[in-house]
This record gives sequence, C-alpha cells and structure tokens, in this order.
Amino acid sequence: MNWTAEKPIVSLKDVRKSFGTLEVLKGVSIDVMKGEVICIIGPSGSGKSTLIRCINGLNDIQGGSIFVQGKEVHAANLDKLELRKKVGMVFQQYNLFPHKTALQNVMMAPLKVLKENKTEVESRARQLIKKVRLEGKEDSYPGELSGGQQQRVAIARSLAMNPEVMLFDEVTAALDPETVKEVLVTIRELAEDGMTCILVTHEMGFAREVADHIYFTDRGVIVEHGPPKTFFDNAQDPRTKEFLGQIL
Amino acid sequence: MKRISGINTPVKGGMAVLKPFDINALSPDGYIFTRWLAALPWWTPLMMLAIIGGYPTIAYAQSGLSIYDAFDALWRWMPFLLVSGFSFNVLISFWTLLIGTVAGVALGLGQISTFGPLRAFSWFITQLFRNSPWLVILFIVLLALPFEFTLFGQTIRVPDWMKGVFGLSLPIMANISEIVRGAVQSVPTAQWEAAESLAFSRRQILWQIILPQCFKRMLPPWMNWYAILTMATPLCSLLGIEEIITLSRQAMESEDNQPELLVPFYGFALLLFFVYCYPIARLTMRLERHYAVKL
Repeated sequence: MNWTAEKPIVSLKDVRKSFGTLEVLKGVSIDVMKGEVICIIGPSGSGKSTLIRCINGLNDIQGGSIFVQGKEVHAANLDKLELRKKVGMVFQQYNLFPHKTALQNVMMAPLKVLKENKTEVESRARQLIKKVRLEGKEDSYPGELSGGQQQRVAIARSLAMNPEVMLFDEVTAALDPETVKEVLVTIRELAEDGMTCILVTHEMGFAREVADHIYFTDRGVIVEHGPPKTFFDNAQDPRTKEFLGQIL
Repeated sequence: MKRISGINTPVKGGMAVLKPFDINALSPDGYIFTRWLAALPWWTPLMMLAIIGGYPTIAYAQSGLSIYDAFDALWRWMPFLLVSGFSFNVLISFWTLLIGTVAGVALGLGQISTFGPLRAFSWFITQLFRNSPWLVILFIVLLALPFEFTLFGQTIRVPDWMKGVFGLSLPIMANISEIVRGAVQSVPTAQWEAAESLAFSRRQILWQIILPQCFKRMLPPWMNWYAILTMATPLCSLLGIEEIITLSRQAMESEDNQPELLVPFYGFALLLFFVYCYPIARLTMRLERHYAVKL
C-alpha cells in the first residue's frame, strides 16, 4: 500500500490491546492527516497512554491494525527501527540520557542511528536548542536542568531525527504550573510549523487552542470526537459531559 | 531521635500499622567485607604489631629462641617474602581480576540476552560458580587442567600459578556477572523506551546508553571483589604455588621450624594484606557513598 499525502499519515483501525485478561483498548479507530494536531483526552486509566505507545510499536496490540505512512506498525516483517525514525516520542518523565549533556542528548540519535555528518548534526542540534529556547544550556547535564527545561531538550532530541509525526505522552503532567507554559509554547510553535502531532494531555485550554481534532476516550473506547469548538461547547455523550463538567 | 507519638512510640489503643519495608535491612548489599575493612581505624596494623611483638615473650619459656631472634629471622627474610612472595600474590590478583572481569562481563551480558538458551546457560554458570566453595573450584581446576597443551605444533606448559589464576577467576567471573546483570537491570526501563523510540537498536541501546550509565554503579562492587579476591590468593598455597604463605612456611622450615616464628611470620603476611587492601576498601566505600547520592 503506497501512502500519499491525501491519505491519513497515521491510521488506527479497530485497535484492541489487553494486558493479560484486562482489555484496555476495545476497538479504537483514529485517522490523522499530515499536519494535523490531535489531542486525546479522557479520565486516567482510560487507555490514552497505551494507545499512543502502540503507534510507535512500544506496545504490541492484540487486534486491529495501525498504519503509519501506509506501513503496518505491527506487521511481523516491519522494520521497527525504520518506523521509529519517522515517529518521534516525548514522555511524561522526559527520560533524557543522564550521562550526556543537553547537546549530546540531541545529537546522539542522528549521529549513531542515522549516521549523519557530525558538523551538520551539531549545527542542527544547536538550532533546535535555540528553537526550544535553551541557548546557553547546551553543555548542561539533565540533572542540572529544571523539569521544563529537560522536557524541552527531550522535544529537541526527538525533532533532531526529523520525524514525520510527533507523539506527546502527557508531557506536562510531571511539571509545575509555571513550567507547563514554556513546554506548551514549544509544542504550539511546532504545530504552527505544520508538524503532525498526537498528544495525550490534561491541558484542556491548550487542547482547545491548538488541536484540530479532539478525541475523548473512556474505558478503552472513543466516546466522542470532533473539532475543539463543537467538542467543548456542544458535547453530546453524557460521559463526555460529565468529564468536562468535572474538569472545566 | 525525636520521639513522635504513634511513629516511634506506641500509642494506647493505636491501630497496628504496617511499617515501611526496609529492604536494606534484610538483604546484604555485597559490601559486608569491604565495609568492615574500611571501618577499621588506620592504626590497626600498629595494634597487630604490638600483639605480634607480645607473643614470643609468652612462648619464650619453652625454647631457646627469644623475641629478638624471631624478629631477626623475620628481618632477614622480609625482602624475600615481600619481593618473591607478596608481589606474586599481587600478580595473581591482577591476572585473576583481568580474566574474571572479561569473562564476567560476557557472562553478565549473556544473562540479559534476548536469546533464551544463552540466558539460561549464563544464569546456570553464574549460580554454579557463585555458590561453590572457592577451594573446591581451585582443586578441580588444578587437577582437571592439563599441565601442558599443544597449540599450532608448539607445546605450551601451563604453570601452576596460571591454574591458580584460572581457578580463582571462576568465582570472580560469576560475581562480576551478577554485578553487570544487576547494574543493567537497575537502569529504569524508561531509558530503554526513550532510546527505542529514537530508533536505536538493542545493541546500541545497551552499549551506548545503558552500560555507560552502569559504569559508575559497577565500579565500587568491582573493587570490593578485587579486595576479597586479593585476600583469597593465599588459597593458592594449598596448590603449592610459591606465593607469600608458601614461602613463609619454607622460610620457617629453614629456620628450624621454631614455633616462636609462626606468629611473626604469618603476622607479617597479614600486615602486608592489610596495607594493600585497606586503601582499596576505603576508596571503594567512598566511591560507593559518592555514587549512591549522585548518579
């Protein structure tokens, strides 16, 4: 199956996922077009993080299928490394490599995985660090940076691979309210540049402002989805209403 | 300690509370020996000297050898014992550490292999040599290894001390294997996931991301095993290898086997081991404390 820009860049079809006997995803379908920003929201334990981790193959699935640029993620013959070069991921706990400086963290994957030229990678890495507003922190180790700063290094580290799609797994959940903003600003700029983003988030204001489409999950299914305006102002399903009522 | 009602003092009518589980209190962390050694005060050898000095005066009554004669004999043998004896123990310890580390790292990586049979094999070898008496291993190696073998038409003699090295290497290998396995598994899985999502291969993740982080954590237990191993090198004297204990015994024989010589001669050996291992133990515990805080 050849992928063209008119088809969804990420496509989930009836995805099912269980941990033992516990079924956490009970048939989830999502289509994401190139350049779209998708927010997945929902109560904790509803399978949001599991869902996003299936997209780059960190989790396996028991049913359905996921396609990224027309390639099936969980096909036995898929080269997972090739897939992951295309799909960047940022985690809640940053997960920077503690023994490397910020600059080295950003440079490592393009150097070792893509085997690119060192001077090119370094100039790109410095630009990315500038882009996430961390100039002057190039030689700091993760332990010397605040949570928000670490998270922005993590974003730059993913971007250094020139991915087609970025996955954000509750990237602001571990941050204090003041630093949440600096990370969200970075993500918004990324979205404005046309990066395809799939976010799991609890930041409703941010979702409303930045997302092209919102998906609400509860107990392993997508209860409701739509553009932010209709979704937030005109929710139909009682479960969505209840959730929004608690949060907003 | 401040007394807090209900926490460290019982409250009348208070409910039974499940206290936090202190895992360190139950499982020894592998530093028992080094911690004990490092905790000794620096003047311990002086105490040892005093005790050694006192011994022959008690034993004096039975024979014609005075404390001065005993120490005079020791003084004459000292350079020989140090240069030919103890330096040989150090040589054995270096070789054992080298072979044990190389084999142990390989075995430890085998223990975390994705290939099931290799993992099972490595685990079995590790457990086998970690839990066998060292002396038994030494004897098996001594008797089982050929004294010479032919390689590319050339006959190579295996010296006895090399067999000793090989025998001691096996338990060291097994313990270093466990250090490697434990250190790799102590790195949070999130590091693996972050590296995986950056398209690193498993081999790259292990060598470029996980092991460099483990290096600091492995250093103190590795040094701990070096100190233990050095202390174990006199076991080789039972194989007839000419290290310090064997040579001390021979020296005493040539001095007519006077019982007054026993404590000064063996005390001297003890002193040498202390002087050599004490700084290692101190450094190990310092590094251990340092890395325990800052990873």
